[in-house]
Amino acid sequence: MEIDAKMVEYVAELAKLRLSEPEKAAMQQDLTKVLQYMDVLNQLDTADVPPLTHVSGVENVFREDEAKPSFGREKILQNAIAVEDGCFKVPQTVE
Amino acid sequence: MREKTAKELRAALKAGETSAAALAECYLAKIAAEDAAYHAYNTINERAAAEAAAVDKRLADGLDSPLAGVPVAIKDNIATETMPTTCSSKILQGFMSPYNATVIEKLAAAGAVLLGKTNMDEFAMGSTTETSCTGVTKNPWDTAKVPGGSSGGSAAAVAAGLAPVALGSDTGGSIRQPCAYCGLTGMKPTYGAVSRYGLLAYGSSLDQIGPIAHTAADCAAVLQVIAGYDEKDSTSAKDVRFDFAAALTGDIAGKKIGLPKNYLGEGLDAEIRAAILAAAEQFAALGAEIEEFEMPMLEYAVPAYYIIASAEASSNLSRYDGIKYGYHPEGFADLEDLYLSARSEGFGPEVKRRIMLGTFALSSGYYDAYYQKALKVRALIRQNFDAAFAKYDAIISPVAPTTAPRLGESLSDPLAMYLSDIYTVAVNLVGIPAISLPCGFDAAGMPIGMQLLGAMWSDDKLIDLAHAYQLHTDWHEKSPARKEAE
Repeated sequence: MEIDAKMVEYVAELAKLRLSEPEKAAMQQDLTKVLQYMDVLNQLDTADVPPLTHVSGVENVFREDEAKPSFGREKILQNAIAVEDGCFKVPQTVE
Repeated sequence: MREKTAKELRAALKAGETSAAALAECYLAKIAAEDAAYHAYNTINERAAAEAAAVDKRLADGLDSPLAGVPVAIKDNIATETMPTTCSSKILQGFMSPYNATVIEKLAAAGAVLLGKTNMDEFAMGSTTETSCTGVTKNPWDTAKVPGGSSGGSAAAVAAGLAPVALGSDTGGSIRQPCAYCGLTGMKPTYGAVSRYGLLAYGSSLDQIGPIAHTAADCAAVLQVIAGYDEKDSTSAKDVRFDFAAALTGDIAGKKIGLPKNYLGEGLDAEIRAAILAAAEQFAALGAEIEEFEMPMLEYAVPAYYIIASAEASSNLSRYDGIKYGYHPEGFADLEDLYLSARSEGFGPEVKRRIMLGTFALSSGYYDAYYQKALKVRALIRQNFDAAFAKYDAIISPVAPTTAPRLGESLSDPLAMYLSDIYTVAVNLVGIPAISLPCGFDAAGMPIGMQLLGAMWSDDKLIDLAHAYQLHTDWHEKSPARKEAE
């Protein structure tokens, strides 16, 4: 799989990364090299193999919906970029 | 002189020859004097002396556990409430977790004393600890070489005598490979054996916390404390019942160990091949039955692993948005600009590369060809391990194709670095336990490691195999020459 400059920009947009021009060029080269190597997997016939997403065999894990003490508001906000009235303050999201 | 093990420190504490406070003071003084040469630690626990004094009171009241009064170093991706947890990333500089990881709570309950947080590859993505934003860690055996990664700080701390034992995390070899490079014993437990609550996520279906120590017996001591079900981690297993104390028999007569011939072929250093074969002979001398066999699919593990790990990383690391915690950019025009600035300025090059790779593998149009394909290959790899463990109690394998490379040699070619993980990543893909332990030295005097792989939940039996080997060999008792000369 050859990755072109357009694909690098598209994936960066999905990943919310802003890449400089030199970063884009290096990323294009690195991803192409790594993905071309990964094409080795196509040597394997996996048509009838179910995908293994999880190794523990655990299915859904349920618990009772009980109210329990949480961390204090102050603790949760201690790393925030900005706080107002005990809430995270974020830039305007809706016009 | 070799370093003291946790087991020996426990014996000294029990005999009243030392105290938790004296031990903490001794290690903290050594860190202050010597860590500048290695940079094993990101943060030193300023409360260690006070915490050790409190443990001494509990010891006087009869506290007994495998780690009571024993100092422990913690990899900097395990959440601690009273020390920063940074993953050696700019995006988490100064981050204070609102809670302790379950393993930290368990260590505290057992009376272990935390010395500090150790350096690592940024977000555990790397094999050398060179992708850390706080600077590289150096290998105590040769400070011109890497300690391995991603748990390189934990390994360097134990190898240099700056902690008797440490916690690391292993997503694709991040405990086992630094142990091999630093002459240590370390274990990646069965997936689900140790709670991951409070382990900052990289690849959630692969990550597991485990011990880094001098001996298999110390790995058992640490696991005895940290393993077990945790309702806060829905992937932790309900019925973890290891009895490590009873398991350490040293009697391995009749155990069947498989030696995969194709793991010893092209690409593996001749000195490592010779060391593995010699170790197999040692196991045979101890009464184990060694059988050569072919372990298929070796060459498919690395590509499958890097697709899955990167895909999970791209999802896990989407939480770093610059708002709730982490690096805050100076100025930004709007919300989108805030996200972009925080992530682009906060993540280093290797983390960005894996986020990009993973985002691509999960993107519409490529999901089936890459991510889904990798999961199917993962199923095939598991079938092969299941077949092998139907025949063998353990598989003996190299950990890495070479001994520790020189600093600065690895990062320029990401693919070559990924390929060096060829012997370790399959273990995480299938969830099985594996223990890495020293089995020789190369001509330059650098440690060589081997690993023993076992079936799911055979952790205690694997530790006993390693323990038996260590009862009859002394590779694990060697310390870096720099200190022997002192």
